[in-house]
Order: sequence, then C-alpha cells, then structure tokens
Amino acid sequence: MAEAAETDQGPLTTIVNDWSSDVTTFKAVPWGKAMMWIFLLSDTFIFTSFLVSYMAVRMTQTDAWPEPSEVFSLEAFGVPVPLLLIAIMTFILITSSGTMAMAVNMGYRKRKVAVFWLMFATALLGASFVGMQAFEWTKLIGDEGVRAWQNPMGAAQFGSFFFMITGFHGLHVSAGVVYLLIVAFRVLRGKYDNTSFEIVEITGLYWHFVDLVWVFIFAFFYLW
Amino acid sequence: MAEVGQQHPIKVYFLVWALLFVFSIASYLVDFFAFEGHLRWFLIVVFMLLKAGFIVAVFMHMKWERPTLITAILVPPLVLIVLMYLLAYEADYAWASRIVYFGDVVEPIPEPPPSHAAVPH
Repeated sequence: MAEAAETDQGPLTTIVNDWSSDVTTFKAVPWGKAMMWIFLLSDTFIFTSFLVSYMAVRMTQTDAWPEPSEVFSLEAFGVPVPLLLIAIMTFILITSSGTMAMAVNMGYRKRKVAVFWLMFATALLGASFVGMQAFEWTKLIGDEGVRAWQNPMGAAQFGSFFFMITGFHGLHVSAGVVYLLIVAFRVLRGKYDNTSFEIVEITGLYWHFVDLVWVFIFAFFYLW
Repeated sequence: MAEVGQQHPIKVYFLVWALLFVFSIASYLVDFFAFEGHLRWFLIVVFMLLKAGFIVAVFMHMKWERPTLITAILVPPLVLIVLMYLLAYEADYAWASRIVYFGDVVEPIPEPPPSHAAVPH
C-alpha cells in the first residue's frame, strides 16, 4: 500500500506526509534501525569536527607538517613502501565491510550459521585492524618519538591529531568487534529465530559506518 | 508493513565490494606515484567520495530507503561544510597573525605557500 502510494507521489510529498502523519515518521523502518541511524548522524558530527579542527590547525600551522607518506612508510623486502601498513589496514576494513554485508544478506535469508561465521570473520578482521593500529602507534611513539604534545618531525599538533583521530576511530572499531561478537553468538543461540534478523542489519550499519569514517581519515590524514 | 527488511541480490554487494577495492587501490596509487598539487587533492577527494557514496548507498542500504529517512540523515551533515568553509576562510588570517605575533621573522611577512594545507614533498 505504502509502496503503491509512493510511486504516484514525488519524494517531497512523501517527506511532508511522513513528517506530518501524527504517527511513526520513519515508516517501514524498525525503530532500532532509525535510532542507529540517528546515533551515526551524531557520530558523523563528532568525527567531522575532529577532521575540520585538524584542517584548521594544519592550515594555520607555521611549523612544518610531517609528510605522512614518509612517516607511515614501512620496509618490505628491504625497500621502503609508503603507507604500506595503512594500505593493508584499509583493505582489511573493506574486506570486513564485505563480509558484514554478506552477513546481513544471509540474515534476511534466515541462514543463521552463515550469519554467525560471516559476523565472526568480520569481528576477526576488525580485531586484526586494531592490532595493526597498536603496532603503528608503538612504532610512532617508540621509534619516532611522537607524543600527543610533541613531535620531533615538526608541528607538535601532528601528534595530538593523530592520536585523537585514529584513537577515537580505533575505539569505535574495538567497540564494534565486541558488538559483532555479542550479536553473532546471540544469532547462533537462536535468540532471533522467532523475530526478525534486522539486528544483523543494525549491527551492519554501525560496522559500515566505521569503515566509512576510515575512508575520510585515510584521505585527509594519510593521503593529503 | 510485512516487508521491513532490506533484501537484495548478492551480485550488487560483490560489485560494490570490488569497486571499493578498485577505488582504494587507485587512491593509494595517487600517493605511490606522488601526484602533487591540485591533481592530487582532486583525485583523493573523488575516490574518497566515490567510496563513501557506495558504502552509504548500497552497504548501508540508503539507496532503497524512503526519502524521509534519507533526507533526515544526509541533509544535517551539510552544515558541517559551512564549518569547514568558515575555518578555511579564516586560515590565511590566522596563519599570518601567527607569523606576525609569534614568528621569528617579523619583517617582511613571508608569502604563504600556494596552499598551506599541503606541505611540499
């Protein structure tokens, strides 16, 4: 019925009707999903504020900003490769996004064993991402001497923004791993057998958002 | 209201998954081949927006949601562009003030780099 009505009215009419309908605004959207979207919207503001303040500091900085391409290069087979670890981390996060999308798809087919293993794989990839980030931090703190308040390679704020932005993102990944494991085991135990598997999609939204934030961090912090 | 779920053919997911890899490799190559200046920033932003768009549209199913949810979630972040613009607009002034009041060099005020957002190689 709602689908039929949608085809003969424009998107603007749908929006006005939904907001003025005196009942649920987000029709055909489970409340948990609407709330997750609103949470992600607030998280978007937090991460963007971090990135915008990083931009403002980098643009007004009178000291030299370290070259991320060189700072984050790693030696592979005796040759320094720029951003090697970051590239691997990026691919791991994309792979985990793919397995998560598959888990959501399998969830709606009610194939719960497949959902469990795909979510478990997603969590493992997420955990390995955090592990690599810990390695990256160790290298930066131990070998390069970067601190949140100082940086031997130039602008002191490089350290503050690096640890704040990647740290906050890493915290999201870590929380996501826990969240994924909890939902995965609940799916396997059969908690959602008689209801719907939309919880898998909601978990997926959070996980894809974590990947989405990394896309922006990768572009603005590592590549710029 | 029976169908509240988001079920789509697996093919779409695989396609987007592959595209995300392609765009990531492409943006990595921008750094690897050390593109400079406006071309570098343009390519980085293009690949970033493509990746973000595909993740939100397909993996997060925004493409298939009702316009009410799409606008409620995607319109508010646009104000962040204003914040970005304001801080970028003031950056020259803040940079020059720092040189004048805190810098070692008082006279003459050095020319700002072509875009001080970027540090040359």
